[in-house]
Amino acid sequence: MKLHEYQAKEIFRRYHIRVPAGEVAGSVDKVIESARNINGPPWVVKAQVHAGGRGKAGGVRIADSLEQLKQAAKEILGRPLISEQTGPEGKRVTKLLIEEAVEIERELYLAMTIDRSKAEPVIIFSQVGGMDIEEVARVSPEQLMNEHIPFDMGWSPFVAKKLAYGLDPLPGPNTLKELTNIISRLYTVFMELDCSLAEINPLVTTKKGDVIALDAKINIDDNALFRRKAMADLDDPLEKEHLEREAAKYHLNYIKLDGNIGAMVNGAGLAMATMDLIKMAGAEPANFLDVGGGASEEMVTKGLEIILMDEKVKAIFINIFGGILRCDVLARGVLAAAEKTHIKVPVIVRLEGTNVEDGRKILEESDLKFMVAKDMNEAADLVTRAVSITV
Amino acid sequence: MSILVNEESRVLVQGITGNEGTFHTQQMVSYGTVVAAGVTPGKGGMKLDGIPVFNRVKDAVDNEGVNVSIIFVPPPFAADSILEAASAGIGVIVCITEGIPTLDMVRVASFIRSRGIVLIGPNCPGIISPGKTKVGIMPGPIHKPGTIGVISRSGTLTYEMVDQLTRAGLGQSTCIGIGGDPIIGTSFIDHLRRFHRDDTTEAVVLIGEIGGSAEEEAAEYIESEFNKPVFAFIAGQTAPPGKRMGHAGAIISGGQGKAEDKIAALERAGIRVIKNLGSLGETVKESI
Repeated sequence: MKLHEYQAKEIFRRYHIRVPAGEVAGSVDKVIESARNINGPPWVVKAQVHAGGRGKAGGVRIADSLEQLKQAAKEILGRPLISEQTGPEGKRVTKLLIEEAVEIERELYLAMTIDRSKAEPVIIFSQVGGMDIEEVARVSPEQLMNEHIPFDMGWSPFVAKKLAYGLDPLPGPNTLKELTNIISRLYTVFMELDCSLAEINPLVTTKKGDVIALDAKINIDDNALFRRKAMADLDDPLEKEHLEREAAKYHLNYIKLDGNIGAMVNGAGLAMATMDLIKMAGAEPANFLDVGGGASEEMVTKGLEIILMDEKVKAIFINIFGGILRCDVLARGVLAAAEKTHIKVPVIVRLEGTNVEDGRKILEESDLKFMVAKDMNEAADLVTRAVSITV
Repeated sequence: MSILVNEESRVLVQGITGNEGTFHTQQMVSYGTVVAAGVTPGKGGMKLDGIPVFNRVKDAVDNEGVNVSIIFVPPPFAADSILEAASAGIGVIVCITEGIPTLDMVRVASFIRSRGIVLIGPNCPGIISPGKTKVGIMPGPIHKPGTIGVISRSGTLTYEMVDQLTRAGLGQSTCIGIGGDPIIGTSFIDHLRRFHRDDTTEAVVLIGEIGGSAEEEAAEYIESEFNKPVFAFIAGQTAPPGKRMGHAGAIISGGQGKAEDKIAALERAGIRVIKNLGSLGETVKESI
């Protein structure tokens, strides 16, 4: 689960990681009101949406007067922000963060995440801050410092010192002290809140020797939300696409995509492979939908209803390998959905596994028109044919 | 032969009295698995279809000599269950549970790796040595004893591939689902090493997906040390970056974990990558 920048900064404040003074506002009037409480001009205005590349997309502005501030707020609020990470439709901005401007001496990069193959947390630090860190990793990997924290070692202050003293040129003693404190506090944030990512880019130093987190990004491990209630409450439902919100209510794993072939599959791996198959057949998948290994009849019905709510969908491909989810349960779920919603698009069904004969029989004996594929190759052919008819 | 589990495996089911635990215990028993004991704290002393249930893993080890465990315990308690089995001296642990916090798995991985314990999963379908034993939730009848080793990050996609192999007349030595989470107990390489030493296994099928770099690491190992034919399939070529595709581990982040990079790494290592989901069975059959 991703947090907004302002939420992450609120957490940093609690853990004594310094951030610029700032307030969140949802309207132009509130932006102006907030500015009166914050040192300025100049002020910095930042769109609060989950998307990288906000700066380039015009979602971060500097205002030198109240007039400019008002103008910037009007231009950003309520409009979609289209960055390289949002897709062509962009994301509507409903909140702005207004902050004091900071006089920057140096821009650094600090992050913590999990190294999957080593199964250990890792801190990444660099004296090249403010840039896209993947670009830094590609162009000058020698500028990245990594420190793993093995579980049986746990936190030890030398890790922070090792990183901070790796800077060249070395900052003054006050800055160094503040920097090592921040590295150790970021570790505490990460471990105490079950983060999957905690990133400060840039982490800036000032002439006065302060070290300030100018930006903040925190992702929480979804699997840990059951024990991080306060974090789960920070989830912003507006960040999810509306069909994804609907699907989440029924514990369905649904992700909206741009194509026109709806897909319903059991199991994440098979669902991804099915999307790939649709693409190879010359079409584009409209969604990822994993109804789960042990889906109930009701979940199958809901899944199909959600696919049908997407107006772009021109054909549906149901691909089930019955294990725990039996094919007869799936078939009944499909029929129940068909009764509730009028299915006007062709439906291709491929069933295999537990109780497959029962499942096929239920579908064959119904009034619905299905195209039944006996294996993956035949399914691919039927998808191709459906596409050529609908395009 | 087979790897890790066979007809001599004496299996313990942790969480045996829960819905899933009970259902799959019955499925495993009907496949021929020797389920020697179950554990549910507070239910010690009862029997489930004649299988003794204990309060503690230690009691199951002492009384029934179990040497493999399969875990069906809800996510908040699953890490604890893995550690209990490991502490009791069980050498092969299969964790089916999906949704264990990553930091719990950091702790678990550190403990089991330092003690040489084999953990399969979490968030996996388990392991089966066809005709011998099934320690997992996969449908038994699609498998057939034979010479192909299968290692996969997925569940139902593995069933699909195994079904194709069986239909093509190709049986399997052992099929392992290593799990779809970011941190899992064993990697492709761990099991490739075992298949390398296993005389029965003549070829291996790897089923990977987007996220992480396990496939790239496997490719490197295969190129330098593995001398049996390997076939691979990678799911998620059309997955958008930044979105978690069902499995917690299946996410393209920071430009890493893309299907195209994995396919390229595998092909560079001389591994045959199957692009068409429907043609795995035939392709393997034609090639060996």
